[in-house]
Amino acid sequence: MKYFRSHVLFCVDPECLHHGAHEVMDAFQDELVSQGLIDEVQVLETSRIGACSQGPEFMVYPEGIHYVGMTSDDVPFIVEEHFLKGRIAKKFVLEPVTVVDEELSAPTPKEMRIVLRNCGKIDPENIEDYIAEDGYQALAKVLTTMTPDQVIDELLKSGLRGRGGAGFPAGKKWQFARNSTETPKYVVCNADEGDPGAFMNRRVLEGDPHAVVEGMIIAGFTTGSNQGYVYCRAEYPVAVRTLNIAIDQARSLGLLGKNILGTGYDFDLEVRMGAGAFVCGEETALMASIEGKRGEPRPRPPFPAVKGLFGKPTNINNVETYANVGPIILKGAEWYSSIGTKTSKGTKTFALAGDLKKPGLVEVPLGITLRELVYDVGGGIKDDNGFKAAQIGGPMGGCLPAKYLDLPVDYESLISAGAMMGSGGLIVLDDQTCMVDIARYFMDFTQDESCGKCTPCRVGTRRILEILERICDGKGKDGDIETLEYLCQEIVAASLCGLGQGAPNPVISAIKHFRDEFEAHIYEKRCPAKVCRSLIHYSITEGVCTGCTVCARNCPVSAITGERRQLHVIDPDICISCGICAQVCNFNAVEVK
Amino acid sequence: MVLNTKQKDVSETIKAAVNAAIDTFGANRDEIIPILNDINTRLGYIPHEALDQVSEMVKTPKSQLYSVASFYRMLATKPRGRHVIQFCENAPCHVVGGREVWHALQEHVQLKSGETSKDGKWTLLTTSCLGVCGVAPVMLVDEDIYGNITPSEIPTILSRYE
Repeated sequence: MKYFRSHVLFCVDPECLHHGAHEVMDAFQDELVSQGLIDEVQVLETSRIGACSQGPEFMVYPEGIHYVGMTSDDVPFIVEEHFLKGRIAKKFVLEPVTVVDEELSAPTPKEMRIVLRNCGKIDPENIEDYIAEDGYQALAKVLTTMTPDQVIDELLKSGLRGRGGAGFPAGKKWQFARNSTETPKYVVCNADEGDPGAFMNRRVLEGDPHAVVEGMIIAGFTTGSNQGYVYCRAEYPVAVRTLNIAIDQARSLGLLGKNILGTGYDFDLEVRMGAGAFVCGEETALMASIEGKRGEPRPRPPFPAVKGLFGKPTNINNVETYANVGPIILKGAEWYSSIGTKTSKGTKTFALAGDLKKPGLVEVPLGITLRELVYDVGGGIKDDNGFKAAQIGGPMGGCLPAKYLDLPVDYESLISAGAMMGSGGLIVLDDQTCMVDIARYFMDFTQDESCGKCTPCRVGTRRILEILERICDGKGKDGDIETLEYLCQEIVAASLCGLGQGAPNPVISAIKHFRDEFEAHIYEKRCPAKVCRSLIHYSITEGVCTGCTVCARNCPVSAITGERRQLHVIDPDICISCGICAQVCNFNAVEVK
Repeated sequence: MVLNTKQKDVSETIKAAVNAAIDTFGANRDEIIPILNDINTRLGYIPHEALDQVSEMVKTPKSQLYSVASFYRMLATKPRGRHVIQFCENAPCHVVGGREVWHALQEHVQLKSGETSKDGKWTLLTTSCLGVCGVAPVMLVDEDIYGNITPSEIPTILSRYE
C-alpha cells in the first residue's frame, strides 16, 4: 500500500460537477505534477461534503480543512499555500474552520452521523479505506461469535425500524424471514429511491457502499440466505458503478462468495437496475421487477418473508436500514437505543429541499423538532420569507403547517399529525407557495406513476387531478372540496398498495390545513399566493417604470408596448401571465394581482 | 441515434444491437429489463423488430416483452427526436420556479410532454427526480445537465443544439 502525506477528497456530486468540479480537479492534478507533489498528495473522488451550494469543494486530510468555491484559476494559489508552504488558504476555507480529529464531525451541532459516518471521509472505491474505519468488523463479530438469534435479539433491543418509510421493526422482519422454512431464501436491498427530492440513499451508495454490503451479509447470515440482490434505480448510474466495484473488492478479499472469513458461510450479491418506474420502490413491485416483469404490486399477505422473490422467503430492507446494522452490532443495542425517542430510535437522514438557505443532505437524531430541522440545520427560509409548510414523507406524505413546528420528528408524531416519515424527503415551502398548486402537483406525480393495476388508484387519482386543475384554472365550483374529500377517502380505503393508499395524503392534508386557500380559489377566483396563472394579472406601475424596454424585449408574446423612457403597458388580452417581465425587470415595476 | 432509412441497413442495425445486448446479459428471462434497456440505449428506442428477435432468443412471448417495454419510463417504444429534453417536474424543482420554466419550455419548442417535434429535432419529456435538487430547477438535454435555470434562459440553452 502506498502512503501519502495528504489526502484530498473532491466532492463529485452533480451539484458540484455543475459548478465545474471536474475542471478544478484536473487543474489540481496538473498543479500537483508541476509542483512535484504528485507522490505526496492523493486526490480522490467522494460525494457529499457540505451543502454543494457554494461551488466545487474538497477536504484535505489529515488536517480536515474544507475548501469551497474555487475555480481552476485559484488552484495554483491553494496548492502553493497549503501543500508547499503549509498555510491554510483562508480565502477559500468554509467558515467556521472545521478541524477534524478522530471523526468527521457533523456540520451543525444538531446533526449526528451514523449512516453517513464514512461519507466524504473515505474513498468509496477502496475497500481498505472502509476496513480502516472498522469496516467488516461487525461481520466478523457476527460470523465468529454470534448466533442468528443473538443478532435478531440485538436488533430488536436496538429498536431499529425500517428506514424506507413504513417503520416496521427491522429485527421482527429478520425474525419472520428466519422462521420461514422454505429454501432458498433471499436478501434484497431496496435502493429504488424514487421520492422526489430525496437522495439520501444515493449518497450512502456512492459514498460508503461497503456499509450496505456488510449489512446485507449480516442479514443473509441471520435469515439463512446465500444470495442477495440490490435493486437500484437506473437514474443513479454512479451508485451502480460504485456498488459493483465494492462487491468485486469484497469478493476478492473473501468477504463475499464461498466460505466467508473461513467460517463456512456462503453469500453473494448482485446489483439489478430499474428502468424508471416509481412504483418499483414498493416491495412486491420491486421483486416483480427483479424477476424481469412489469413492476406491478401484488396483495399482501403473503408477505415477502413467506413468499417473496421468485416465490421464496425474502428479507427486504432499504439502504439506510442495512447501513445501520454494522454500528449497532459493534457498539451495541444499548448505545443505539439511547439515541432518539421512546418508540423511534437512532438517527434518520433527510434530504432538505425547497425554500431553504442551506438545502442538502443531513442526518439527525429522531425526535428533533421540525423547527430545529428547518431553522438550525437547514439554516432557515430563503430570503427570510415566512414558513408556510413542510412537506414530509414524499408524494405519499403530507404538509405540516407552522403550528406543527415544535412537533418532534418521529414515526408516531408524524402520523398523528397527518404526515409520515417516508424515506426522508423534506420539502420546505415558504409563504409564496400556493397550496392548491402543490396538491395539484403531487397528484400529477402520483397519477402519472400509478401502475394502472387497480381502479381506485388509476382512475381516482386522475379524477382528483382534473378537479384540482379546474380549481387552479379558476373554474372551481361549489362542492368541489367535498367531492375531493370523498374521493380521497375511497382511494385510501380501496387501493391495493402503498402508492394508492398514500396518494391522496397531500390533498387531504392540504385541505385540512389550508382550506381557506381552496375556498379563495373556488369562490373568489383568487390565488392568495399569486401563483395560479389563470387567477393572476400583471401590470406595470407608473412612476416606478423607467421605460428601459427590457420587459418588452423579453415578452414571448409581444404583449408589452411603450416608447423608450416612457411608461410601458401590458395588454391583458395578449398576456399569458408567464411572469418573465416581472423576472427581468430591474426596478420591480411589474406588479402581480 | 437516428436509424438509417434504408430498410436493409435498419434491420442490420437492429440485429447488431439485439445481439450485443444478449451477449452482455445472456439469453435469460430474468435479464429482460437490462436487455431492453441496452437496446434502448443503442438505438434510441425499441423497435418492434427488436422485440421479435429478443422474443425468439430469450424464448419469451412478444406480448410479455411489450408489456415490460411499455411499462418502464426509460424504455421507449416509439422513435425519439435527435435531442431529448427531460425536464424535472418534481416538487423541489417545482417550488423554486420550475413551473414557470416548464411553461416557457413547452411554449418554446411548441410541444407537450411526451411529444416529438415534426422535424424530428426535439422530444420533450418530464423525468423523475435526478437527485440534483441543490441546483433546482433542473433540465437534461441529451446527457447535459442544466441547473438553476430561469424561463428566459431556455432559448439560449436550446440554441446550442443543432
